[in-house]
Amino acid sequence: MMGALVLPELGHFSLILAFIFSIYQMGVGGVAARCGLSAHKQLAYLLLTSVYGQVFFLILSYLALTYAFLTHDFSVSYVAAHAHTRLPWPYRLSAVWSAHEGSLLLWVTLLGGWSAAFLCYARTRIPLAIQGSIVMVLGVLSVGFISFLLFTSNPFLRLLPEPPLEGQGLNPLLQDPGLAIHPPMLYMGYVGFALAFAVAVAALLRGKFDGVWVQWLKPWVMLAWSFLTLGITLGSWWAYRVLGWGGWWFWDPVENAALLPWLAATALFHSLIMVEKRHAFKIWVLLLAILTFCLSLLGTFLVRSGVLISVHAFASDPLRGAYLLKFLMTVVCLALLLFAWRSPLLVTRQVFHFLSKETFLLINNIILFVLMISVLFATLYPLFLDVLGMGKISVGPPYFNAVFIPLFLLLVIAMCIGPCCHWQKTRPGQLIKQLRWPICLAVMVTVVIKLGLPPLPWLKIIALFLSLTLAFTTVFISTQRRRLGMMLAHMGVAVCALGIILSTSLQTQRELSMRPGDSIAVGGHQFEFMNVHAVEGENYEGVAADFRVYHGLQTLGLLSPEKRHYFSSQNGISQAAISSNLFRDLYIVLGEPLEKNNWAVRIYNKPYVRFIWLGGLLMMLGGLISLSSKK
Amino acid sequence: MMHPIRKQRLILIVSVVLSVAIAVGLILYALRSNISLFYTPSQVAQGETRPGQVFRLGGMVQKGSVQHGQGLAVRFVLTDFHHAIAVTYTGLLPDLFREGQGVVVQGQLEGGVLLAQEVLAKHDENYRPK
Repeated sequence: MMGALVLPELGHFSLILAFIFSIYQMGVGGVAARCGLSAHKQLAYLLLTSVYGQVFFLILSYLALTYAFLTHDFSVSYVAAHAHTRLPWPYRLSAVWSAHEGSLLLWVTLLGGWSAAFLCYARTRIPLAIQGSIVMVLGVLSVGFISFLLFTSNPFLRLLPEPPLEGQGLNPLLQDPGLAIHPPMLYMGYVGFALAFAVAVAALLRGKFDGVWVQWLKPWVMLAWSFLTLGITLGSWWAYRVLGWGGWWFWDPVENAALLPWLAATALFHSLIMVEKRHAFKIWVLLLAILTFCLSLLGTFLVRSGVLISVHAFASDPLRGAYLLKFLMTVVCLALLLFAWRSPLLVTRQVFHFLSKETFLLINNIILFVLMISVLFATLYPLFLDVLGMGKISVGPPYFNAVFIPLFLLLVIAMCIGPCCHWQKTRPGQLIKQLRWPICLAVMVTVVIKLGLPPLPWLKIIALFLSLTLAFTTVFISTQRRRLGMMLAHMGVAVCALGIILSTSLQTQRELSMRPGDSIAVGGHQFEFMNVHAVEGENYEGVAADFRVYHGLQTLGLLSPEKRHYFSSQNGISQAAISSNLFRDLYIVLGEPLEKNNWAVRIYNKPYVRFIWLGGLLMMLGGLISLSSKK
Repeated sequence: MMHPIRKQRLILIVSVVLSVAIAVGLILYALRSNISLFYTPSQVAQGETRPGQVFRLGGMVQKGSVQHGQGLAVRFVLTDFHHAIAVTYTGLLPDLFREGQGVVVQGQLEGGVLLAQEVLAKHDENYRPK
C-alpha cells in the first residue's frame, strides 16, 4: 500500500532527474561541438550518458503515470480528472495522453526516444563535433518542454491526504480504438521533425551542409513523415466513425494544425532529393526543416493552449498557452535569426533546363508551400481578428475547398510529369512518348465513368481525369525505374484523390424519422428498421436499433447503431453502425427518440470512401519503404 | 541569349511571383465569400446583422424551449441571458445538443426567427459560449 502511494512521487522525481539530464545534455553537447574534430572517447561517452539517462528517466516517469491510471490511483489529480473505475483497461492506457499534462509527458518522452535513436545511429556515422551540435539543440528543446511540464502542467500533482473515491471519467468520444493510437502516431511525427530542426540548426551553426548531411537527415524526415501521415489518416478515420456526421475532414483548426507540418515536410523531403542529387536548394531545405518543426510546435500550441474553439480541442487551458507561445516565439525567432545570419555561407548555383526534374521538384515545393501558407493564413486569421477585437469569424470549408482544390490539381499535374523527367534536361518528345499511353488510358476510363454515373460538375471530371492519369503514369514509370517507395506514395495520393472525388460525388444520404417496421431505400440498398432494445457495456448503457439491410433480394445482415449513456458523462453519445467493404460504406446514425416510438435516423451510402484512408496508408508505406531502400 | 544562371533565376522569380499572385488572389476571393461572422443573441437583437446574411449565432439552449414538430423539424430558443432568438432546424441534432447547453447555429434570419442550416455543439462538455 505504501509502495503504491509512493510511485507517483517516484514518477515526479524521475521527471526532475530527466530535467537535470536535459540541462546536462545541452552542456555536454555544447562542449562536444566546440572541441573540434579531434575525437574524445570520453566526451562521446558523456554525450551518450546524458541522452540515454534522460530518456531512461522520462520512460520511468511515463510508466509511473501509466501505472497510476491502471491502478486507479485517484490521489493523482490528473488521473482523477480523466479516469474512472469502470473504464476498460485499453482506454486506461490511452487515457494517459487524453489531456494536456499526459500528452505533453508523451511529447517529451518521444523527444527523448527520438534523440536516443538518433544518437545510436549517429555514433558510428557522424563526427563527434557535429553530433555535439545536434545533441545540444535537442537538449535545448528538451529543457524547454520539460520545464514547461514541470512548472506549469505537472501530471503528478496529488490530491492528498483525501483522494476522491471515483474519477471524473474519460470523454466518451475518446473511447475509441482509432483515437487511442492516433495521438502517439501524430506526436511521433511532430516530435520526429525536431531531429530535422536540430540537424538544420547544427548545419547553420557549423556553416556546412552537403550531400553527407542529407544522408543523415533524410531517413529521419521520412520516418517522421510516415508517422505523421499515419496519425492524420487515423485521426480522419476516427472523426468519420465517431463524430457521426460521416465526414472525414472538417478543415477544423486542429486538423489544419496537423496538416501544416505535413505539407512542409512533404516539400522538405522532395527538396532533400535536390540537395542529395544536384547540390542545389541547400538554403531552402534548411529553411523548410526549421519551418516544419516550428509548424509542429505551432500545432502543439494551437491544440493545447485553448486559443481555438475547435471540435477537437479537448481539455485546454489558456494560461499554459502563454508559456507555449513564448517558447514557440523564442524558438522561431532564434532559428530564423540564425538562418538569416548564417545561410549566405551556403549559397550554391546550379543550372538546369526548364523541362527537367529540377523544375518539377521546384514546382512541387512552390505549390506545397503556397498550400501551407493559405491553410496557415486561414487558420490564424480568425484568431488575429478575435485578439484585435475586430469580431468573431470562422473560415469554413468553402474557403479551403476554393483554395486547396485548384492548387492540389496543379500539384497532381506536376506529379504526373515530374517523375518522367530526367535531371537537368528532358526532351519533350521523350516525355510525350512516356505520357501518351497513361493519358489515353485515363481519358478512356474517365469517359466510361462519366457515361456510367449521374452527371458530375466539370471540376470533378477534370479532377477524376488527373487522378487517373497520376495513377496510370505512376504504374507505368514503376515498370521502368525501381523506386517502389515513391511509386507507392504517389499511388497513395491518386487513390486518396479518387476516394475523395468518388465518395463526394456518389454519396447518398437520408435524414428522417422512422419507427420499427418502417423501411427505406438509400443508394440501392433497402434498410428495414426491425426493433429497439437495451444494450449494456462495461461503463455505459443505452439503446440499440436493429436495421436489416438488403441489396436487391440478398440480405447483407444487421446494422445496430446505438445511443449510449456513459456513467461518467451527462450526454448521450451516438455510436454509428457501419458496414464497409472496399467499395462502399453503409453508415447509420441513431438520433434522439421522437414521439410515438419514432426515432430520428440518418443513413448514408458512401461509395469508395475507404479509398481515402487506403491512400493515406499507401503514402505511409511508401515513406517506410523508401527509408529501407536507402540503407 | 541570356546567361543560363540569369535565365534560371528569372524563371524562378517569375514563377514565385506568379504563384504568390495566384495564391493571394484565390485566398482573397475565397475569403470574401466564405467567412461566417459570429454573433450573440444580443448583437442580433440590436440589429447588427444585415437581412439575408448567413451568420453564426452562439448561445445557450433555453430550458424548456425545445419543441419537436413534424418529422425531424425542431424549434428552440438560443439565449445569452439578455436576449433570446428563436431557431428552427430540420435534421438530426448533434449528440451534445441539450437544454442548458451551449451551441452554435449557422443560418439566416427570417421574420425574427433564425432558419438554421447547421447546428454545431462543442465536444467539450465544459464548453461555455463566451
